[in-house]
Amino acid sequence: MTDILIKNLPILVVLCPLMMSLIVVLIPNIFFSWLLTFASTFVAFIFSILLYQEVQIHSTISYALGNWAPPLGIEYVIDKVSIFPIIIITLIGFLTTIFSSKMMPDEINETSISKVYSLWLLAIAGLIGLVTTGDAFNLFVFLEISSLASVALVAMGAQKDKQALVAAYNYLIIGAVGATLYVIGVGLLYGITGTLNMADLSERVVDLKNNKALIAGFGFMIVGIMVKAAVFPMHIWLPRAYAYAPSAVSVLLAATATKASLYILARILFSVFDIADNLIINTLSYIILPLSIIAMFAGTIMAVYEKDIKRLLAHSSVAQIGYITLAFAIGTKASVAAGFIHMFNHALIKGALFMAITSISFYIQKRVTLSNLSGLGRAMPITFFCFVICSLSLAGLPLTAGFISKLYLIKASIGADGLWIAILILFSSALSVIYLWKMIEALWLQQPRKEIIIKENPTIYISLLIITFLNIYFGLDASFVVDSSIEAAEKLVGVSK
Amino acid sequence: MISFENLILITLLSPLLVCLLTPLLSSKPILRDILGPFGGIISSWGSIQLMASILNGEQPRLELLQIAEGISISFVVTPLGAIFGLVASVLWIFAAIYSVGYMRGNKEKNQTRFYIFYAMAVHAALCIAYAGDLLTLFIFYEVLTFSTYPLVTHKQNEMAQKAGRLYMSILVGTSVILLLPAIIWVWVVTGSLEMSQNGVLDGKMNPKYAPYLLAMFVFGIGKAALMPIHKWLPAAMVAPTPVSALLHAVAVVKAGVFTMLLILTNVFGIDFLSKTGASNWLVWLASFTLLTTSIIAIYKDDIKARLAYSTISQLSYITLGGALASSMATQGATLHIITHAAGKITLFFVAGAIYVGAKMSKISELNGHGKSMPLIFLAFFVGSLSIIGVPPMGGSWSKFFLMLGAAESGYITVIAVFCISTILNAYYLMEIPARAFFFKKEREVKIKIPILITIPTLITCFLTILLFFFIEPFENLTSIMVSKL
Repeated sequence: MTDILIKNLPILVVLCPLMMSLIVVLIPNIFFSWLLTFASTFVAFIFSILLYQEVQIHSTISYALGNWAPPLGIEYVIDKVSIFPIIIITLIGFLTTIFSSKMMPDEINETSISKVYSLWLLAIAGLIGLVTTGDAFNLFVFLEISSLASVALVAMGAQKDKQALVAAYNYLIIGAVGATLYVIGVGLLYGITGTLNMADLSERVVDLKNNKALIAGFGFMIVGIMVKAAVFPMHIWLPRAYAYAPSAVSVLLAATATKASLYILARILFSVFDIADNLIINTLSYIILPLSIIAMFAGTIMAVYEKDIKRLLAHSSVAQIGYITLAFAIGTKASVAAGFIHMFNHALIKGALFMAITSISFYIQKRVTLSNLSGLGRAMPITFFCFVICSLSLAGLPLTAGFISKLYLIKASIGADGLWIAILILFSSALSVIYLWKMIEALWLQQPRKEIIIKENPTIYISLLIITFLNIYFGLDASFVVDSSIEAAEKLVGVSK
Repeated sequence: MISFENLILITLLSPLLVCLLTPLLSSKPILRDILGPFGGIISSWGSIQLMASILNGEQPRLELLQIAEGISISFVVTPLGAIFGLVASVLWIFAAIYSVGYMRGNKEKNQTRFYIFYAMAVHAALCIAYAGDLLTLFIFYEVLTFSTYPLVTHKQNEMAQKAGRLYMSILVGTSVILLLPAIIWVWVVTGSLEMSQNGVLDGKMNPKYAPYLLAMFVFGIGKAALMPIHKWLPAAMVAPTPVSALLHAVAVVKAGVFTMLLILTNVFGIDFLSKTGASNWLVWLASFTLLTTSIIAIYKDDIKARLAYSTISQLSYITLGGALASSMATQGATLHIITHAAGKITLFFVAGAIYVGAKMSKISELNGHGKSMPLIFLAFFVGSLSIIGVPPMGGSWSKFFLMLGAAESGYITVIAVFCISTILNAYYLMEIPARAFFFKKEREVKIKIPILITIPTLITCFLTILLFFFIEPFENLTSIMVSKL
């Protein structure tokens, strides 16, 4: 029994939320639909832990879907690289589901809740599928599953604020363009190589150096994924989508959605194609590197001038995605590892910040803007405490997870003779202190306009506390994140560098 | 016999315990106020033991926490660290007593918060003193900055907030943008964050880049207050005087120059510096700062502002001593950490005493008040003599060694800089007792100085004299520090 379970884990981790989403939609009761969602995300999380242990033993697990052997059939690959985003997605999915239990009924009609949870599970399943699959076209399928489910989730925000419809529409159109570009790229590659399996692709593209169709196909794929990953300047869908989505959805999307696409980006850049190839070197140093640096500053500066806190955090996400793509663009083993470290830590940090802000908005029953925040820190000490810790983590203060990211990122850039990059990274993170400080100052130092009494709700702050604890824990004992990121990077670029 | 690991823990944790216990005792002011001096005594006892162990040729170390491979929080007692640790913990006893007198005498608000962050800052300073690797050093350097922010903005008015913003942006900005990448650069070049007695860069770093790395360190260590990043120190003077006395004359600024000396000796290594000449430019920058700020000090009428500029100038002595890259100058610079600390804390204590006792903060107001506050002004006089470097005060030793060091490394001009600066020191410091004792009194002021202020002031004043006669153990420590080179 356990053997069968272990053997089928790669598909089970996807199927568990996917199947449950079909069941949840039929259940009219709010509590039971939540409970089933909770159960399936929890099981998915357990599966991902089991998978992690398996990967430690076997290093790569290949699963042939329906027993059709790859490269003809669809292959699911779990290795030391892909296990990393799987853990992020299932962990955050599980924590946000706990978080959503109070937030959803507050923002969504009773009748739509089970549908929302169904979409919720669909989005999570899509994201997990995205990172487990080893098939370029199957990847497109999951990309669309997760995007369409996310778009629908964002649109649910319209029950509170009609702006959500515009946001969802933007997200839909731009996301569809991205997906189309990606699938055109896959088509071109299929045309010249005759395979859709990524491992197979990577062997066949070696012989096709300087093939025009290959370069075009690569370009389409990369741009398509960059749209999904919200790499500057293809990020314009992101701030609105994050800002107007229902609270729990913002948290889920901010922490996981772009991470999965960033992982795909790394996989295509380093695993399907070869980093020693001129095509990749040029793409990295002339396209992704400059865009990442612009993103770092543009996102931060936009955040400094933003008054609406959810949008502010979304702009800051754009900047943080810049750090991750910058790490990929440097293209050494150390820097790719740094990118993975930041991917993990940023999921924890941004998830926590969005949780804190959306719970504040739940307590005061208003959109959270800078002026709304004044003096709230004293009224909600636990939420405020978590918010401060995670802000410090975002700023990269020592002994928090964010510091570990910055440390490795800077070490990697100095190690690659990029002292100026290191200085730019630090300069932009110093700028990020400005907007963080503005929020903390408003929460703590300003006097409230009228006396506010708020009773903090344990079901809301429990997941916030857990995720804040993780922010500190991974700052004090980072060996799990660092070691597995270095292993992942070794697997991706180790062969050539 | 307590193991060295526990000894380090005791020394470091006693201020932290004070910091944690203070809020619990906020309703019992007497107990709360005793905590500080009590913690200081325990911590000083620990730091004296640690210093003795160094003199016996041992090297206490403590590995506290492993964050990831190659990154850990660890503590090592070096001769230089032992000296800084001793200075910070011993002076904390007196500063803690003094701050009780000051805070009560001045009826300040939020006293509990004040004591919490005061102890926190001392904790951070001690952790810097015993930091075993560059990352630990950086972490507690930041903790020190953050823990002093609530002290600088203690008055919570517009001016204090403005000063606090300047304070934070300079100190955090420089350390994050320059110090951190410099540390990581060393990490990349040498492959570890460890430091060693002989420096770690020799043979690993291209000498061509050494001046740039040094520049990143020099401007990254904002707490050493070299021009042009010195502005935060005068701004920090809005804080209550005990903060200026312990933190902005001893703990914070000395943490800056301590870090600077540590980087110069244990990261670059004196040999490497003198061989490559990487620090030549620093000699001139420090000399420039030293003279310019002395001149600015002359024009400051506010006592604390004048003392602040005097501090910047004296800190440059220490940086200059390190930059000269000779063993004699390094010894002088290290001794100057002690002698200047004892002297300057006395001067600040006096400034605070005058403020609490007579509500005066301008030098021009002091005319003729010497007779009504004789002990206080006498203490100021003695402290000034030590800063100027007149025997039989402790300050004479460090200046002596610094001048010898300048001669040893062949910088004749620097000797002239020291001489000119001594004259300037005498000019701006002696004006204060001179006005107090020899000028005619312009108005009568009612004077009431709490005993808890007078006593610590006299003790630290006495320490400056004592240092002249008992400099030997410290001199031995500094020679251990340079002998292994």
